Amino acid sequence: MDLSESAAEQQFRAECRSWLEAHVPRPALPSGDTRAGFAAHLEWERTLFDARYAVVSWPREYGGREASLWEWLIFEEEYYAAGAPQRVTQNGIFLLAPTIFEFGTQEQKDYVLPKMAAGEHTWCQGWSEPNAGSDLAGIQSRATRDEAGGGWRLSGQKTWTTRGAFCTHLFGLFRSDPEAERHRGLTYFLVALDQPGITVRPVERLDGDEGFAEVFFDDVFVPDADVLGEPNEGWAVAMATTGSERGLTLRSPGRFMATARRLIELARTRTDELDETRRDRLVSAWIDAEAYRWQTFWTVTRAAQGMKSGAESSMVKVFWSELDIELHELALDLLGRHAELLDGDDAAWMKGYEFALAGPIYAGTNEIQRNVIAERVLGLPRK
Amino acid sequence: MHFAFTDEQLALRDATRDLLTKECTPAHVRDAWTNAAGRVPGLWEQLDAMGVVGLLAPEATGGLGLDFVDLVLVLEETGRHAVPEPIVETAAYGAPLVGRAGVTIAASEWYVPWADSADVIFTAAGRFERAGVTLVPHPSVDGARRLFEVQGTATAVDGDGVLAAYDRGVCGIAAQQCGLADRMLQLTADYVRERRQFGVPVGSFQAVKHHLANARIALEFARPLVYRAAASIAAEHPDTSVHVSMAKSKADAAALQTARVALQCHGAIGYTTEYDLHLYLKRSWALARSWGDAAFHRGRVSRAIL
Repeated sequence: MDLSESAAEQQFRAECRSWLEAHVPRPALPSGDTRAGFAAHLEWERTLFDARYAVVSWPREYGGREASLWEWLIFEEEYYAAGAPQRVTQNGIFLLAPTIFEFGTQEQKDYVLPKMAAGEHTWCQGWSEPNAGSDLAGIQSRATRDEAGGGWRLSGQKTWTTRGAFCTHLFGLFRSDPEAERHRGLTYFLVALDQPGITVRPVERLDGDEGFAEVFFDDVFVPDADVLGEPNEGWAVAMATTGSERGLTLRSPGRFMATARRLIELARTRTDELDETRRDRLVSAWIDAEAYRWQTFWTVTRAAQGMKSGAESSMVKVFWSELDIELHELALDLLGRHAELLDGDDAAWMKGYEFALAGPIYAGTNEIQRNVIAERVLGLPRK
Repeated sequence: MHFAFTDEQLALRDATRDLLTKECTPAHVRDAWTNAAGRVPGLWEQLDAMGVVGLLAPEATGGLGLDFVDLVLVLEETGRHAVPEPIVETAAYGAPLVGRAGVTIAASEWYVPWADSADVIFTAAGRFERAGVTLVPHPSVDGARRLFEVQGTATAVDGDGVLAAYDRGVCGIAAQQCGLADRMLQLTADYVRERRQFGVPVGSFQAVKHHLANARIALEFARPLVYRAAASIAAEHPDTSVHVSMAKSKADAAALQTARVALQCHGAIGYTTEYDLHLYLKRSWALARSWGDAAFHRGRVSRAIL
């Protein structure tokens, strides 16, 4: 057991820190879940890409710097500690990209990854449908074979598509064999959104941003080259993506450590509101953020030794989503009558709270995750 | 960064688990509730022969001269088996403090478990030699923890040494709480797989699943803090006390939550002393208020961060 950072890692941390200090936009950008904010965030993504900070863990040929998992964690810690912008490209670089690295053809890697890294193509996720949320295998949107065209024709509706109104591309699951059993007969498609037959309708989220969209498909052609993995085997491919969504790659501990630090700074300026109960909650939340960090280090050590994680990602997802809410609730309690204000420096806490509340819902509700933990970690019967 | 145990450390844990699975069964723990010594006859000698008792003591005195990272998994196993022996007090707290192996040590702020079979006793008042004290017995809710108030003349102990020893003891108790939580979870998962009501295993009900999933999550995030605190102890990290307090706070919470859930998911069978669960429940209740409870330890963290 060696819990120290190597000289090279310390050097990398110092480089990240000084670059971020010099480049993080001030004042903070408007929300990336609005049209204007999204454009501003894409400029920031370009700045990251040009300095090879957009996708640090990727191979050099795709714009990365081949950072180890440890270096990636360091980058994330520094990124969020610096108060740098949200990553509007995250569903591409953290969810789709790991799946492409695992299942993609060489052509798909060469075409999709560099444009994704540069923010030229932005990706949203086409999972949920009006009648398929937690029950993802219940999707009804169809892919019909077009033998003459050498591809598939998509019809149906996706919904709750985050940043769907602003993104250029969508990755999603469609039912390609209606005769097959629920989890079979699904195919994973990569779809450009600017083509005939696609209609995108923005949907206002709880926080007032147009961060959601409904995406309608009416006989949309997709060539065979844009199927990820094998036709009718999309479920396994999609599970790789959801594993990334629940676990480490989307929610590195750096985020929550940064929020916890800001919360402590807030508490120092709001001592009148910091009674014994809140002080104890604050310390508990801090300890939880530390616990999340060290559980991550534990997991990453295992990953570095080549061990795969499975249902553990469900425990991680429940933990970070509830921690995020507690951190923000505490901040609102400390802000007292100022909490509801949508102007001023502290308004970010209410915005953050609204965002945190989505955590236990997306990427599979926490109730579903608890079933997974009970069944796959503790071995309880499904029925 | 490498946050994992070595093969040797895991092998020592496995050897300890194997020994305790045979020599510290629930029947042995029950026997300790009623026998004269309040301990498992012969177990201490076997643990000592393995080197576990003197693991931190200098080699020249008969110890192994190893560090706390080598010890922490062993202590977790002693929790898993509810070992009724002063193992944390001797191996973690006392052996480095007295500077040698071969001394049985009891320690607690006030009510000292197993003080009657110790050579040396530490309390908030200082150090006592067993020969010179009067022991006033008190029964514990955990019948395998015989408690004593210690009356006599204490000698003062060096402050820094005592603080470091205290942190080792706290971390040892936190490790035991993790072992206890794991044992209670396992017992309960096994039970709800078998127990049938309404024609199905009760473990198929979501209400039961979610209770147990929550307990499993609590353990998942307590353990790394305990192992990290162990590493800080071994490395004499300047913030060791804070790391140890985080560990105790989370480990107590995990053990107490698991205890509640384990009892609830067992139903009435768990509410009997005929069934083994109570041996672990009661140990976790006792340890949660020993060596500083979770609120006390959050207070130590609070002073460091606020």
